[in-house]
Formats: sequence, structure tokens, C-alpha cells
Amino acid sequence: MDGFPILSLMMAVPMAGAIACLFAGANSARWIALIATLVDLALGIALWANFDQGGLQWQFQEYAPIFGKFAWALGIDGIALMLIALTVFLMPICIGASWNAIQKRVGEYMAAFLLMEVLMIGVFAAQDLYLFYIMFEAGLIPMYLIIGIWGGADRIYASYKFFLYTLFGSVLMLIAMMWMVHEAGTTEIPALMAYNFESGAQTWLFLAFFASFAVKMPMWPVHTWLPDAHVQAPTAGSVILAGVLLKMGGYGFIRFSLPMFPEASAQLAPLVWGLSMVAVVYTSLVALVQSDMKKLIAYSSVAHMAIVTVGLFAFNQAGIEGAMMVMLGHGLVAGALFLCVGVIYDRLHTREIARYGGLSINMPRYAVLFLFFTMASVGLPGTSNFVGEFLSLMGIYQASSWVALVCTTGIILGAAYMLYLYRRICYGDQVNADAAAMPDLSGREIWLLAPIAAVVLWMGVYPESFLAPMRADIHALEARLAPAAPAGDSKIKMGAPKPAGEAHHEEVAAHGEAH
Amino acid sequence: MIQLIVLLPLLAAAIAGLGNKALGKLPAKIVTTGALFAACAMSWAIFIPFLTGHAQAYVTPLFTWIESGSFDAQWALRVDTMTAVMLVVITSVSSLVHLYSWGYMDEEPDQPRFFAYLSLFTFAMLMLVTANNLLQMFFGWEGVGLASYLLIGFWFRKPSANAAAIKAFVVNRVGDLGFMMGIFGTYLVFNTISIPEILAAAPSMAGSTIGFLGHRFDTMTVLCLLLFVGAMGKSAQLGLHTWLPDAMEGPTPVSALIHAATMVTAGVFMVCRLSPMFETSETALHVVTYVGAATCLFAATVGTVQTDIKRVIAYSTCSQLGYMFFAAGVGAYGAAMFHLFTHAFFKALLFLGAGSVIHAMHHEQDMRYYGGLRKSIPITFWTMTLGTLAITGVGLPLVGVGFAGFYSKDGILEAAFASGGAGVGAYYVGIFAALLTSFYSWRLVFLTFFGKPRWTRSEHIQHALHDAHGHDAHGHDDHHAHDSGDGTGGYHPHESPWVMLLPLVVLSLGAVFAGFIFHDQFIGPEGGIAFWKGALAFDSHLMHAAHEVPTWVKFGPFTVMLTGLIIAWLAYIRNTDWPQRFVATFGALYQFLLNKWYFDELYHVLFVKPAFAIGRFFWKFGDVGFIDRFGPNGLAALVVQGNKITRRLQSGYLYTYALVMLIGLAAVATWAMTR
Repeated sequence: MDGFPILSLMMAVPMAGAIACLFAGANSARWIALIATLVDLALGIALWANFDQGGLQWQFQEYAPIFGKFAWALGIDGIALMLIALTVFLMPICIGASWNAIQKRVGEYMAAFLLMEVLMIGVFAAQDLYLFYIMFEAGLIPMYLIIGIWGGADRIYASYKFFLYTLFGSVLMLIAMMWMVHEAGTTEIPALMAYNFESGAQTWLFLAFFASFAVKMPMWPVHTWLPDAHVQAPTAGSVILAGVLLKMGGYGFIRFSLPMFPEASAQLAPLVWGLSMVAVVYTSLVALVQSDMKKLIAYSSVAHMAIVTVGLFAFNQAGIEGAMMVMLGHGLVAGALFLCVGVIYDRLHTREIARYGGLSINMPRYAVLFLFFTMASVGLPGTSNFVGEFLSLMGIYQASSWVALVCTTGIILGAAYMLYLYRRICYGDQVNADAAAMPDLSGREIWLLAPIAAVVLWMGVYPESFLAPMRADIHALEARLAPAAPAGDSKIKMGAPKPAGEAHHEEVAAHGEAH
Repeated sequence: MIQLIVLLPLLAAAIAGLGNKALGKLPAKIVTTGALFAACAMSWAIFIPFLTGHAQAYVTPLFTWIESGSFDAQWALRVDTMTAVMLVVITSVSSLVHLYSWGYMDEEPDQPRFFAYLSLFTFAMLMLVTANNLLQMFFGWEGVGLASYLLIGFWFRKPSANAAAIKAFVVNRVGDLGFMMGIFGTYLVFNTISIPEILAAAPSMAGSTIGFLGHRFDTMTVLCLLLFVGAMGKSAQLGLHTWLPDAMEGPTPVSALIHAATMVTAGVFMVCRLSPMFETSETALHVVTYVGAATCLFAATVGTVQTDIKRVIAYSTCSQLGYMFFAAGVGAYGAAMFHLFTHAFFKALLFLGAGSVIHAMHHEQDMRYYGGLRKSIPITFWTMTLGTLAITGVGLPLVGVGFAGFYSKDGILEAAFASGGAGVGAYYVGIFAALLTSFYSWRLVFLTFFGKPRWTRSEHIQHALHDAHGHDAHGHDDHHAHDSGDGTGGYHPHESPWVMLLPLVVLSLGAVFAGFIFHDQFIGPEGGIAFWKGALAFDSHLMHAAHEVPTWVKFGPFTVMLTGLIIAWLAYIRNTDWPQRFVATFGALYQFLLNKWYFDELYHVLFVKPAFAIGRFFWKFGDVGFIDRFGPNGLAALVVQGNKITRRLQSGYLYTYALVMLIGLAAVATWAMTR
């Protein structure tokens, strides 16, 4: 595929679809959107198949100058490839989830979704700093529209909150970007990733980017927009918000903050750890007391994203690979959980947990799939989330046993709030007659959930398929961070030396230090 | 062959579970039970060569699981003596429980789901015992936890079953926190999670120190104790035991398989599997001994006053697990595994026997409403008696012939005494617990099978009578109308069908002969070395010393066994008013035991209520009251005060946003071009 602009094509297809949708009737808009996203999925598979693992760091590069230093520069590494794959995989599912649920202004709705796909692929593929910025910020506009027009009763407040938070971060990030381009004399992301900014400047640049990424992530305490946005968004909006938009913060850290400001990252790592530790415990406990299904899952997302940030700021291969796996796994599992909520919301039009109960009796298929995703969310081994959480937490243990201990409590609290949710919805007796009368999953709904379940299982049993493309890139990142990486707190000191196995001692000690 | 043993149950679970109603009850039962019996036959084929000393350990690699930097976890199936023992235990009990469930669950409409869960459990348990690295062990560990959760909550309409299922999962997760931290630490120290590599490298780390939570500790002590927390959770040791009695909400075959014979012994298995690691830390071993002994005593005391037949056996299990742990703690890993092995047979037998009683008594589980059942259900009576003889350790000390528990429990007690130090204390605790074991086990038998029937007061029996006589007894509103004066209320318990009795008979053979046949291999000073072949840290000297303990030490268990039996006989057959008089005299003690030392109440006050209260506080005062109030809402308020931009913000937020972004872009572009 040398020279073939597949990335541009992947953006052009949904763009064309979006324009067509604007002028099409409701039903044809649905079909146009479905076909466009499926074509993009096929292109995404081709992209993955042609990605040369262990080849060049940047592949499928495209370059077309626009004006000044600003250019249409695209290209991906393994990390971007995985996130693009996640995007194109979730998109057709989102369209399918909106098939019957959206009845007003269908053309515009589908256009907004397709536009969002364009911009999300753009975020992950951009190699020009400003191009990234445009995609990164513009990607939120269709999301605002989706919440603001097709959202629930309180949609204005939710989108306004969303707006305030993100505005604040983006302005700071834009200023930092301008300073960086001025200083380094280039807008190319790969070049900037290798540029050594002076230590003092790094701290300010880091904080400016952090303001934006922490909101997108979202990290505690700038997370409060997420529950409201999720609650008000239509099902497919929640899926894409949890599935892909939240990953843009993590992608930002891995693409900008860590490689561009390694010293500042190491210096400010305790801040990130602290916020993440608070987030895990705090939002998990808040999730426990929610009576609104979507809010509960939204709060659980904040807790899971905190595992991503500790993994990233573990400064080692296991941690960063784990963080990526949590992002991918959470994208699928949280997306699927929002679909599960959507399934029963479509039937009963309430998110109130107490209005359900005993669904295992009248909706056995639904109960099985919901249970599967609940267990995946809890991080049961054999599912995608376990691989990620385990590696992240193992990574952070190398840096700090305290952070690892506090964040690992997430597995207890996570089990508590998810199983409590599942119990109230699917177990117990049928107390609400209308809930008891709901029909089981339709064929369409099974087709939305079953593929996600298959991938979650695949990712949990053979994660190598997903880790292998990212390995070299994360290794390079680890090498870039190595000089600055903080020493762990587990410094092993050997006892009285014994004659046997002395060589091994030194090796082990060296290993302990290295981390 | 090992692949087949492990994967057949998974395949069967998938067929039965996904096929479910479409497949039908009978095919689901045939597929799962057939797969298990096949796996069982193959397991014995693997075990017997190990028994005769002709087999060698091997590892069958499957494929890569997780690789990250130097971290390498493969899917692989390890077969050595320990695995072989566990294979036999798991597949034998599981296949018998599958068969038993044909009868026990006969009226259940949701049978395919039940059998799928049972087979799924068996698969996870097999993955646990064949693990060659800590992570695969953790996979199995969590897999059995999932199956346990599903099976405890099998009757998902019952609120108590749901609560028990969640409790089991969450309390186990507390242990898993320790297990995971243990894996992290082990990887940090050894740079591998492969069990053989860790065990080989462990001695070289003895005496080193490590930083942990800001303090410095002995490296191996930290690692072993973290892993042991995991073992405590799964094996319901004191502090993390609260889920096990509640787990009795599950169907009785589940209790027999998961909460007696297999899953709960996973912690003991883990400690034995990692025994060379534990051997490097004396402190860790002491902790294991103390926790084991404390659990052994605690559970036995509580078991003496419970009235629910399944709860008595549940506490008995908890107590027996304590024996296994302190055996491991004193270094007698062979004895721990031996007790695990024999216990699997007689405890599964007791549970399935209890199930047969419950079946006969129309789901009544309260022993106060039993009595005089030995004539109605003789096979159940005789097999349960054999199980009781086994658990109480009946045998002749000097001759050395007895039931299964005689060999394994006495082996543990003698080894504990011989090891000296903390072991001697454990011996005395174990002896006292053995007295209580004998007492509560015989109490169960006497209350259930002897004396006069006390069935009429049971609601379940009343229901049964009303259902049976629903029409001809119409008009008799008085529940006691059928009371013919003999306490039976006219109810006729029936012996269980053969599918339920056959497993009882087979397990009785194990309860009677397992000790006699296998004791030399498991705990013999010479036989043990040849049998274990380094699969665990077998201490031949300790086993020698255990055989040489003073005669009074050997007679100790025998004496208390007899004492317990006599007390039970006096209190429940001879002078049946003794229990009431005991309650009247020692009311406080009785309440303390009846309420299980108030652990549940304590945890509720310490953890459950605060978790919800703090969660609500964070939500209402943290998110809404603080962050939102001074964050976005505060900003909005400012804007409102300034002028009426809010309205424009709300209707035109999008345009504002786009405008800000465009201005920024324009600035960038201008600056970039004019530079």
C-alpha cells in the first residue's frame, strides 16, 4: 500500500457520507451511515493488515502543505493504529444502536456521527501539531450537537458544563503549542517528540497540556462534566463518548506529555498519581450510591481512566502497555455497558435502577450478555480489562507500592458497585409489571453486542494481537523516558551474601533499580 | 490428555450454557456429566503412575497470554504430583456431584444453566491447579470465584441468595487484592512469574529487604504474606471467612463441590505449591500457622451451636481448612495436602448426605425439625455416619488403622507437635478443635437421625403435606391437624433416587479407605519423597519426627474424639434437656457463638455502612456541593451577574465555542505566515 492515501480515504468516506446524509431522507440516511461506517471498518481492517509490525515507527505517512508551516500531515504508529481500529469498530455499532431510537432529524444526526468519525480518525492520525489541535477540539462539536439536540431533558446544562470544562483546557493547550512551535521551529509531531525542551519550560508546557488532557480523560476533580454528559446523551452518544472520546486524553498524554516533556512528567508524576488514587476510591464509592444506571457507569469510567493515568505515569513498558489495553478494553466494555443500558432504556424510558429487577426471567439473553460485560468491567481474567488493569497496576508497583495498593482497591470497589447494579437490574423477583413485560433482545441488538463480546474475550485470552503492534512504539517511549523515570520505592537490599547464586543477586538488584 | 481433561468441561459448559433451553434438559445433563466422567477417568490415568512412582512432571505449553517487556505469561498446563492429586480430587468429586444433581435438581426448570455453571467451575478449577505461572493461577482463581458467585446466586429470585453471592465475590476480591499485590511484588523481585523459576530463585532472596509502603521489610516475608492474603480469602480463613457460611444459599451439590471439596482448598493448594517460597520466611510461616489455628478453633466453636445442617458443615469446612493451613505453617505440606485429599471425600460426602436429608425433608434445613430419620432414609444415614467417622478421625492410634480423617488429621497434629515452637501451640488448639469437631459432627448425626421425629413444626413439611393432601384435606385450616402424635405429622420421608445415593456410596469408599491406602505416599517419611518428587517442600525429617512423638500425643486426638462423641451422646440422646440448660446457664457465650462472634455485624458497621455513607458524601458534598458549585455553576453565576450572556451561552454555546477556536486558529495562522 505504498503511497496510497488510505488514512485520507478513511476520513473522506465518512465525510462524503455525512454530506450525503444531510440531504437524504430518514431511512436512506441510516443506510448511508451504516454503509459508510462499514466501509471504514473494512478500510481499518486493511490498514491493520498492512501495518508492518516492527517496521518503521511511522507508517502510511501523507504530507500536503496547506500554508506556512501548517500541513495536512498524517501518519500512524501502532498506538494510533489500535485507537483507529477501536473507532472504526465502534462506529457501525453506534449507527445500529441509533437505528430505531432516533426518530427526529435523522439525517443531521447521522451526519454528526460521521463527522465525528472523520475527526476522531484525524486526531489519531494527525502528524501536524495544529492539525491535531483542530481535530481534537472540533471533534467535540458534533458531540455537543448530539447531546444538545438529541439528548435528554437536562441536555442544555450538560452540554454547557462540557463546554466550560473543555474550553478552559484548550486555550491553555493552544498557547503552549504556539510557544513550542516557536521554540522548536517545527509543527511536526514526530520531530517534537524527539525535541528536548529545557527543563524549566517543560513544567509549564506540561501543565498547559495537562489542563486539556485531564479534562478529556477525565481526571478527578475535573470529571463532573462526564456523568451529566453521559446521562443526557443518547445511547450511541454515550457509547462513542466512553468508547473513543475519553481515549483522546490518554492518547494526548502518550503522544505529547510523556515524550515531549519527559522531565516534567517525571517531576509531576506524584501529582498524577495523587489525583488518580483519589479518583479510584472516590468515584468508585460515588458509583456505589448511584440510582441512575448511566451515572453509575459514568463514574466507573472515571475510576477506570484513573488506572490508565497511573499506568502511563509508571514510566515503564508494562504500565504504558497496560494503560493502552485499559483504554481499548474500557472503550469496548463501557461502550457495551451503555448499549446494555440503552436496550432497556428503549423499552421503559427510564434510567432509574429501581424501576427494573428480575430481568433474568423475561430477558435471559440480555442477562447473559449484560453479565458478561459486567464481569469484564470488574476485570475478570480472560476479558480485555483484566490484561490492561493488571499490567498498569504491575507497572505502577515498580514505581510506588503505595499507589499500587490504593489503586488496586479499585478491584474490590469495582466488584461491589457493578455486582450491586447487576443484582438490582437482573436478579431478584419481578417487582415492576412493565419491566417484567419487556421482550428479550431483538436480532439487531444481539448483533450490536455479540461482536463486542467476542473482541473482549479475544483481547482477554490472546491480547498479543493487540500488544504486538504497539510494542516497539511503547518500547521507544520507555527508552525516551528512562533517563527521567523516577526510581521505585522497592529498592531491594541483599542480606548476608550466600556463596551460591551471587551472580543472580546482582542481576536481581540491577533489575530492581532499573524500575 | 491433560488438554482434554481441562478443556472438556469448558466445552461442555459452553454447549449446555449457550444451548440452554434450545438444547433441553437431558442433552445438557448428558453432555456435562459425560464430559466430567471422561475427564475423571483420564485424571485417574494420570494419577496412578504418579502413585506408583513411574510418572515424571511435565508442562504442556499452549500459547502466549500476556507479554510485556520482560513480563511473560504463557498459557500452559503443568502436570506434577500436586496437580495429579488435585486433578483426581476435582474431577472425581465434580463428576459425582454432576450425577447427584440429576436427582437433586430434578424439579428445577433451569437445569442447563446449572450444569453449565458446574462444568464451568470445574474448568476454572482445573486451570488453577495446572497453572505453571502465578497469573494463570490467578485466572483460575477468579474463574472459580465467578462460578461460585453464579452458583451461590443460582436461585436469583431469592434476595438472600443474591446478597450471599455478592458477598462471596467481594470478600474474595479483598483476598485477590493481596494476591495481585503479591504477583506484582514477586515479578519485581524475581523478574518472572513462572512458578518453577520463582521457587528456584527464592532461597537466594532469603534475608534481603525490600521497601514496601514506605517501610523496609524482609523481602520474602512481604511476598509470602501478600500471597497468603489471597489464600485466606479463597479458603475462608479468619477475617475473610464471612462469605463461606452465607454461600450455603447455593444449591447443596454446589456446596459439596465448591464450598467443601475443591474451591475453598485452593488457598491451601497455593501455599503448598509455593512451599519452597514460604520456607524462606519464618515469619510468614508463623503467620500461616497462627491464622490456621485461629480459624480452626473459631469455626469449630461456632459450628457447635448452629442449627442449620448446611451451616454446621460449612463451619466444619472452615475449621478443617484451618487444620490444613497450620499443617502448612509448621512445614508439613504433605500432611496439608493429604488432609485436603481425604477431606474432599468425606466433606463432599457429608454435604451430599445433608442434601439427601434436605431432599427427603422437603427443603427443610433446620436440624431442630429433624429427628428419627435413620429408618426412613437408611442409606443416607449409613453413608453420613461413615463420613462422620472419617471427619472425627476414628481409628486405633497404636495399630494405625482407621478412617480417612484418622490418618490425615492425626498426621497434622503429630507433625505440628513434632515441629516444636508455634507448632506445639497449634497442636493444643488442634486437639481442642478436634474435641469440638467430634461434638458437632455427632450432634448433627444425633439430631438428624436419632431421637423422635420433630417434623411437624417445620413450615416446609407443612407445605409438603398441604400440597400432597391439598384437595382431600381441604377445610383443615389448622396446621397441626395431621399431627398424629408421633411428631411426623403424617409425613413420610423417602430415600433419594439412586443417582443421588450412588455418589454417596462411592464417596463413602473414599472416606473409609483413602487414608489407609494413600497415607504412605502422602506423609510417609520415605514414601513421601518418592511420591512428591519435589512438587512441594516435603520435609522427611519432620515426618520422621511426627512418627516418633510421645504416645500421649498420639492418643490425644483419639481421646478427644471419644470425649466429643460421649458429650454429644449425653446431650442429644441421653439427656435431651442439656442443650436448653446450657443456653440458660451460659446465655452470653451462646449468643456470642450463635452470632458467629459478631463478625458480620462488625464488618457491616466498619465497612459496608461507611462505604455507602462516604460515597453519598463524596457525591453530594464533593461533586455537587463543591466542585460543581465553585466550578462550572459558579462560573455561570458570575456570567449571569455580569449581564445576560447566559442565555446566549445556552442557546449559542456551540457558536461561541467554534468562534473561540476559530480566533485561535486565525491567530496561529497569521503568526505562522508572518513570521
